[in-house]
Amino acid sequence: MKYDCIVIGGGVVGAAVLDRLAAYNLKVLLLEKEDDVASFTTRANSGIVHAGYDCEPGTLKARFNVRGNELIWRDARELNVPHLKCGSIVVARKEQLEKLRELQDRAVVNGVETRILDRDQTLKIEPNVADEIEYSLYAPSAGIVSPYQLAIAYADRAILKGGEILLEAEVKAVSRKNGTYFVETSKGVFESAIVVNCAGAYGARVNDMAGAEHFETVYRRGDYFVLDNTERKNVNTVIFPLPTAAGKGILVAPTADGNVIYGPTAVDSANPDDTATTPDSLDVLRKNVPLSYKRPAFNKCIRVYGGLRTLIGHDFVVGESKVLDNFFMAIGICSPGLTSAPAIAEYIEALIVERTKATVKQSGIVAPPRRKRLAEISEDELDALIAKDSAWGRIVCRCEKVTEAEIVEAIYSPLPATTVDAVKRRTRAGMGRCQGGFCGPKVMEIIARELGIPLDQVRKGGGATIARYAVKEVE
Amino acid sequence: MRNMDFDVAVIGGGPAGMAAALAARKQGATVVILERDSRLGGILNQCIHQGFGLHYFGEEMTGPEYADRFRKMVEKEDIAVMLESMALALGEDKTVTALSPSLGLCKIKARSVVLAMGCRERTAGAIALAGSRPAGIYTAGMAQKICNIDGYLVGKDVVILGSGDIGLIMARRMTTEGANVKLVLELAPYSSGLKRNIVQCLDDYGIPLKYSHTVTRVEGYPRLTGLYYAPVGEDKKPILSEERFISCDTLLLSVGLIPENDLLNGLGVNISPVTQGAVVDENRMTSMEGVFSCGNVLHVHDLVDNVSQEAEIAGAAAARYALDGGVCKGDFVNVVARDGVRYALPQRISRGEGKLRLFFRVGDVYKNCRLIVQSGENTLVSKKFMVLAPGEMGSADIDISLVDGDVVVRLEK
Ligand SMILES: Cc1cc2nc3c(=O)[nH]c(=O)nc-3n(C[C@H](O)[C@H](O)[C@H](O)COP(=O)(O)OP(=O)(O)OC[C@H]3O[C@@H](n4cnc5c(N)ncnc54)[C@H](O)[C@@H]3O)c2cc1C
Ligand SMILES: Cc1cc2nc3c(=O)[nH]c(=O)nc-3n(C[C@H](O)[C@H](O)[C@H](O)COP(=O)(O)OP(=O)(O)OC[C@H]3O[C@@H](n4cnc5c(N)ncnc54)[C@H](O)[C@@H]3O)c2cc1C
Repeated sequence: MKYDCIVIGGGVVGAAVLDRLAAYNLKVLLLEKEDDVASFTTRANSGIVHAGYDCEPGTLKARFNVRGNELIWRDARELNVPHLKCGSIVVARKEQLEKLRELQDRAVVNGVETRILDRDQTLKIEPNVADEIEYSLYAPSAGIVSPYQLAIAYADRAILKGGEILLEAEVKAVSRKNGTYFVETSKGVFESAIVVNCAGAYGARVNDMAGAEHFETVYRRGDYFVLDNTERKNVNTVIFPLPTAAGKGILVAPTADGNVIYGPTAVDSANPDDTATTPDSLDVLRKNVPLSYKRPAFNKCIRVYGGLRTLIGHDFVVGESKVLDNFFMAIGICSPGLTSAPAIAEYIEALIVERTKATVKQSGIVAPPRRKRLAEISEDELDALIAKDSAWGRIVCRCEKVTEAEIVEAIYSPLPATTVDAVKRRTRAGMGRCQGGFCGPKVMEIIARELGIPLDQVRKGGGATIARYAVKEVE
Repeated sequence: MRNMDFDVAVIGGGPAGMAAALAARKQGATVVILERDSRLGGILNQCIHQGFGLHYFGEEMTGPEYADRFRKMVEKEDIAVMLESMALALGEDKTVTALSPSLGLCKIKARSVVLAMGCRERTAGAIALAGSRPAGIYTAGMAQKICNIDGYLVGKDVVILGSGDIGLIMARRMTTEGANVKLVLELAPYSSGLKRNIVQCLDDYGIPLKYSHTVTRVEGYPRLTGLYYAPVGEDKKPILSEERFISCDTLLLSVGLIPENDLLNGLGVNISPVTQGAVVDENRMTSMEGVFSCGNVLHVHDLVDNVSQEAEIAGAAAARYALDGGVCKGDFVNVVARDGVRYALPQRISRGEGKLRLFFRVGDVYKNCRLIVQSGENTLVSKKFMVLAPGEMGSADIDISLVDGDVVVRLEK
């Protein structure tokens, strides 16, 4: 099959690129090795829309962060992705004021609005900073977004515009003959004039496969605690410590879905698949969170997780390969990669449009499915929905109050959710305090029914099934 | 939006909800049961083992059989049962908002409310289990449901963390279905389950149970391939130098149950930090007038017979409150747990006449000890126990007329 452009990798970067390219008269395909988009780093990060004050001036990071911060709010709004421009503060003790000033100087160069607040002003915004905190650097343009829902929404909209996504299609080799790329995957060979490498942790490997520039990659894992949504009332903004060479440090932040997170740590790793949390790393969080936040509630933890940063040198690698033409790269996209994704996509779009002279399709504007949560639906609207489809009245996930109708809708999305985890990322069924203990079997049943498969073929995500061996006879 | 009106609204149709509804109806109140599931019975529907009803019905039966007895009694009475109906909110005026596929959104005006929502299980997340996040790690109750209701085993090489009753029952269930239950690990130096379950579910099958041990991290993706475990010190922290690996494809968690009181969020109802259920008086009325609580949503029970009895108290009182407003006699004293007693319930009682049964749990295993219940100068109970364990709820009857100030429930060596 022949395409104009193939995107490798369905993280937030690849999905954003596909969404933009699908608006043109181009035949575009995204290849993703996992069984859903947003299955790797995009599903395990802090979900912060960074303001952009701390990036080294002049880097791609600074440029795309600041531009991304402008674009991401509009995208999130258009795509109905949970988000909140809640602002962020970097907190400092008395003797650290000078460091805050340095940070503010960077903000000025990067064109980011910030203010230094004293303790009283800080407390007005964030009453629960630690007692030792005397100053903070407030950035009103920062906020939070659901990272996986953003990537999923880009993917859905791309498909509605005519883009294609193939899941469980791992790219194994890339070759080129007479100006055409042959992309070999576990699901066959695809031809394309252009390739965009957005393969995240495997970005450097895909470059090697194709014979593009070789890069050394460093991996750095970060672990988190997720807190019960009853903690949300205690945190208003994103609370950072002062950044260090290792990164932005351990933050306390609300999530766009109404929980709170503590994290991440920074643990070097040699393994591009390493997302397993470790007891030591979780202990680092237990020790450090109280330094900036005075109401840590580790006993309200509902989940721990780890995500992997992929670093190539000190900056993002974005642009066309110098050794392979029509081979574009958006790799080494570590933090602030989520924030930057819409800007990176905009940049890649411009390069490819310029190269192909593609024109915008004349189809109407497409909006992805509106995923309304029960709490957002008015009483009258809900009654009308139930009258049409009684599944709107059947709550499946009791912690997050997700109805059967929402689960069915997720299964029939433009990019269908076919696993328990995929349904969870789209609907939140199983993300609450019981972690699917009650609704897991029910979600499995609905997936089995809608896909017409037996229960023992329903997968959690990552390929593994849950119900495995039929009981001889159920009494 | 549909409006309804009942004297008593019972939220939850497990054994607690059914017994409360029956008792309320007996007093002449109009009653509705709201049940989220498509049938009554609650957690009993998935407990297909024997061991229910010995005290209440004087015969041993399975969970579904016990539930069925009550279901039939409910069906005979003039009790409204709304299935697939989830209570979403409880208002300060005791209006219950519920959602159901057949009736849509309902507002139920009730003069009194009985909470009977049961409990949920603590999860891998709640204990911050470190490692990969693969398929193969489930709460014991979820595995029980997939096994007993859906007919599938979740794995074949099993380790169980925690010695709660559901975990013990599942150890036996999975073994008899051909799985290899390799090990049960318990953080505490004692079990949180019933003694009889340790004997009948582990000992009889030769399944080893290691006390003072915990899982340190899990390994494998997308499926669990094994885990590390270690003994814990006095501080409950794992001794990592003694960490060991065991391969398995399944880890079941039976690490505690938590009363499901989400509905009370924001209502300012007094919640006990120990039971995580409401603080109640002898009628099982919470600090919110006209709102009663019983069963596992009040405190976690090990025997369903106790659940039924407790629910009858709550249901009858809820009806009396709805019909003539008068159940709280006032003149309360507190019931205080001390010296080894983790909690005693009800937490408040009013002075007066008659007998009252106090329920309690201890915080450790105690041998040859004496339970003392005292009020002012009066000793209401002094009862010798060969052994008291955290897994078994105890009870003691007191004569209310002897109550003279706060009632202290404690242990003596
Ligand atoms: C701990 C942590 C915290 C972070 N916090 C923030 C934050 O708060 N704000 C922010 O802006 N950024 C943050 N980031 C950065 C942000 O998460 C990443 O920059 C972003 O998710 C990267 O997206 P991606 O699409 O490049 O990578 P990924 O999401 O990893 O996507 C790459 C995809 O490519 C697929 N793939 C790989 N190889 C192949 C192949 N051979 N064939 C087919 N598919 C393949 C993978 O399966 C994967 O789905 C954080 C990162 C980490 C790790
Ligand atoms: C595995 C296991 C083994 C046991 N073994 C024994 C034994 O051998 N012998 C014994 O005597 N006891 C045993 N027990 C204990 C006993 O069965 C329980 O304590 C008892 O079932 C608790 O009853 P309940 O009605 O409080 O809660 P549940 O049975 O949990 O019922 C609560 C009901 O409320 C519903 N609900 C919750 N929230 C809402 C809402 N918002 N709106 C509407 N409905 C809602 C739920 O769907 C559920 O049906 C066992 C328990 C378990 C879990």
